[in-house]
Amino acid sequence: MFAQAIDLHRVLPELIWCAFGVLVMFLQPFVRSRRFFTFLALLGSLAGTAGAATAFLHGGPAFQGLVQSDSFTFFFRLLVGSVSFLVVLAAGPYLDREKLPIAEFYALLFFATAGMGVLASAQELLTAFIGLEMSSISSYVLAGYRRDSLRSSESAMKYFLLGSFATAFFLYGIALVYGATGTTLLDKMALSDGTSTLLKLGLALILIGLGFKVAAAPFQVWTPDVYEGAPTPVTALFSAGPKAAAFALLLRIFATVPAATRYWFWAFWVLAVLTMFAGNLGALVQTNMKRLLAYSSIAHAGYILVAFAAVTSMAQGGSEEAAPAYAAVLFYLLSYALVKLGAFTIVSQLGGTGEKNLSMDDYAGLSERQPFVAAMLSIYLLSLLGLPVTAGFFGKFYIFKAAVNSHLISLAVLMAINSVIGAYYYLRVIVVMYMRESSAEAVAAGPVPFPIGVNAVLLITFVGTILFGVYPNPVINFILRPSLLGH
Amino acid sequence: MLSGGHLLSVLIFFPVVGAAALMMLRGDDDKFIRSIAMLVSVAEFLFSLLLLRGVPIGSSGYQLEESAKWITAPPIHYHLGVDGISMFLVLLTTFLTPISVWASWQSIQHRAKEFFVMLLLLEVGVVGVFLSLDLFLFFLFWELMLIPMAFLIGIWGHERRVYAAVKFVLYTMTGSILMLVGIIWLYNATGTFDLPTIQQMLTNGQLVLGSRPEMLLFLAFFVAFAIKVPVFPLHTWLPDAHVEAPTAGSVMLAGVLLKLGTYGMMRFCLPLFPEASHRAARWVAVLAIIGIIYGALVSMVQPNLKKLVAYSSVSHLGFVVLGIFAFHHISMQGAVFQMLAHGVSTGALFLLVGMLYDRRHTFEISEFGGLSTPIPKLAAFFLFVALSSLGLPLLNGFVGEFLILLGTYQRHWGWAAWAALGVILSACYLLWSYQRVFFGDISSEKNRTLVDVSAREHWILATMAVVILWMGIASPFITRRTAAATQTVMDQVEPQWAYEAARRVQAKPQPKNVSSSAAQTRIERLGIR
Repeated sequence: MFAQAIDLHRVLPELIWCAFGVLVMFLQPFVRSRRFFTFLALLGSLAGTAGAATAFLHGGPAFQGLVQSDSFTFFFRLLVGSVSFLVVLAAGPYLDREKLPIAEFYALLFFATAGMGVLASAQELLTAFIGLEMSSISSYVLAGYRRDSLRSSESAMKYFLLGSFATAFFLYGIALVYGATGTTLLDKMALSDGTSTLLKLGLALILIGLGFKVAAAPFQVWTPDVYEGAPTPVTALFSAGPKAAAFALLLRIFATVPAATRYWFWAFWVLAVLTMFAGNLGALVQTNMKRLLAYSSIAHAGYILVAFAAVTSMAQGGSEEAAPAYAAVLFYLLSYALVKLGAFTIVSQLGGTGEKNLSMDDYAGLSERQPFVAAMLSIYLLSLLGLPVTAGFFGKFYIFKAAVNSHLISLAVLMAINSVIGAYYYLRVIVVMYMRESSAEAVAAGPVPFPIGVNAVLLITFVGTILFGVYPNPVINFILRPSLLGH
Repeated sequence: MLSGGHLLSVLIFFPVVGAAALMMLRGDDDKFIRSIAMLVSVAEFLFSLLLLRGVPIGSSGYQLEESAKWITAPPIHYHLGVDGISMFLVLLTTFLTPISVWASWQSIQHRAKEFFVMLLLLEVGVVGVFLSLDLFLFFLFWELMLIPMAFLIGIWGHERRVYAAVKFVLYTMTGSILMLVGIIWLYNATGTFDLPTIQQMLTNGQLVLGSRPEMLLFLAFFVAFAIKVPVFPLHTWLPDAHVEAPTAGSVMLAGVLLKLGTYGMMRFCLPLFPEASHRAARWVAVLAIIGIIYGALVSMVQPNLKKLVAYSSVSHLGFVVLGIFAFHHISMQGAVFQMLAHGVSTGALFLLVGMLYDRRHTFEISEFGGLSTPIPKLAAFFLFVALSSLGLPLLNGFVGEFLILLGTYQRHWGWAAWAALGVILSACYLLWSYQRVFFGDISSEKNRTLVDVSAREHWILATMAVVILWMGIASPFITRRTAAATQTVMDQVEPQWAYEAARRVQAKPQPKNVSSSAAQTRIERLGIR
């Protein structure tokens, strides 16, 4: 069986990303200009994102149903493509500052993005596994990209060991599911009756594997260390890209396979509660900005899992009414990616050479020294907090709505409590920036320069955050389309 | 098409324009910044006066409505409207904002631009809350107003400002997030966020909430509002926030923000959940009475003058809550009036306390004493405002408290009896503190050389005094305009009661009514049915 042209069309973005990855690696020995690679990388990520649009226009299953190109896939390809575009913009100045090789970084970024694209479009478990591995292995390397830094190496090592362990769970789960149903295609699995213990066990293992990737408690322990040690633009990528892709796959599996939806409501309920509390309570005592944002990432994964609980509780009666709950997940991932990219970019830039200034004390009096940056970071934090006129507010609102809609009032209340706990540590950063005096050294050092690439990231994420916070209609209408769910 | 133009939108967004203009300015020309802020807030006040023309006397329902589709899924509308209650609260807000700007003329030197931006944004949030008729929009403004207030406390406040600001935000947010869950629940039951539509569904019987869900929904809303008011056990954020806030912040906080809670009870709790309101009324009244007495007693023993005024708010707002939950149209009228009166009087008290602080940099009563000799004018104004706050007839505080007690007495004489204790206590703590601050010998040498009110302070205080007096004398101007709106609330919460009351008066006038027929005619002249 040979690939038809239309099949290739439907995986165009992944092909483009891979091609650019290879091209960058190929050109690396010959071209010295760092700027050239940055432009190439920007071009590549844009081209891939544009490719997502054509793949969407020629949508449908590809490669005998291994991959599905529908609007759901389109949304996630757009998301991971934009994430990688923004990460390139932010990483250029960072790599220059840290004097790190530039081409390999972009190549790895491309492979990771392609992996996420595969993960989001996979309609079959082994294809999903390939996507997962592609993105994970690139991520392991990226986490340790600052080779001379002990923390970075530790981060890579930890991520690699625990990540491989989780991937093994995922793979074993696939094997068991295959044993139970005789297929790895999701739509065929949907037809199986789903009463066998083997299938349940397999799905549990898959859930554990993906739970690790999205940092759901109790599989979240790696997150703060890895996020802290990795170069900050990579952390930005981790918090936005792979997480979204893993959630995409989770949504596909646990929303389309009836066997999965029927039994897993309580699993998601418990996961959501554990994750929210683990993230928020952990964040309360952090003084390092990267760790604080890492814990906040965990908490936000918990909020998304609330929507998952809503999806799985509703999909029992048919998925038409579950559409708002899916939409809640998608919208949340979008708003969250925007905000986290913006916040981590600021943290990365303020960190200074060698990422020395990451403690919250370094942010004291930032509003006096760099009012613009302080205001931006405040907006991002308020969006994470879920205050109106930011995208984060609507994200949270849709999740609340999904939860209440499924009569999960207790879960909604637990989420509300967590939001308030979260408010405390986000506000603490704002308080430090606005209500404390700068240290003498910080004033002496003068304002940290913000190069144009970084400013572009801030502008894009800021505009997105406010725009979707005031007028979410285009996004929400798109993700509520019936075709989005593929059935 | 809805008539009335876009006055309400203008009222909400005009300060945004002003704030944006301020942000464009260079930060070092404080004088120009102050003037612009003053200009914007005065213009906003003048705009809001147009509301008086837009809301005809005696008309029930919402006026000057604006409605536009905003978000499609779920259907959320940009729906604004005003009635007698919200009109005066908006007027109060737009009146106190220029006063706050004016009061901050000298005292705010540090980051003046941001200060006035925050003050104007606060006004946006508050006016938005009062004018929203869509639950979602209401919630949006409700949350939005938190951040400017937190910054006002946290940046320009006194020593423990950060603690107070964070406490303020966390308290309010706890309540409001639960309210969001409640709002969404209500949406699930009705399919709309539109307040008038939901009310209509309730009256038609299209929407019937079970008794337990109704109670839970009631609590979700009530707790959020009770934190804001604040009702007794949830009040602990208030003294901190008040004491640490700058003068303008305290004025806005006491004058307007606390009213958001009582306004919310009137606008949402009672009409949307009448059954639950009735069941909860007894407990709410107990809390309100505890608040009245407890607030007064704590005020009495306060060594800190600003804290004393803060606790007096707990006591006075207790009256408002009691008036609302007595379910009598007279007490409801009184509650609205008391909200306005308290806003002006307590605002003025905070201004005066702030002026004392500007001179002595302390709030401790023991540091003062005999101040009427060096600063007689300020002392005179203080006495005038204190008397209005304790409810001296002819001044504004009297009308509200009297109506509340009168209405409450008709329904539950026991509640009124306990609450009346608060009137006595408020006279005690205000006069006693006045005596300790202004009379007697000058105990501290520093107090001998204090300067009396400047021309600016003189004008601010005179304005407040005129309004206080005007509200006391010309109270029918307000009560006539709020009568229809409070009657609507009463009809929604207790239709059968109004009917029964009318019938009882017609059938056999009770002796009590005969003896108070003079009062009855007076009440009718006040515009209360």
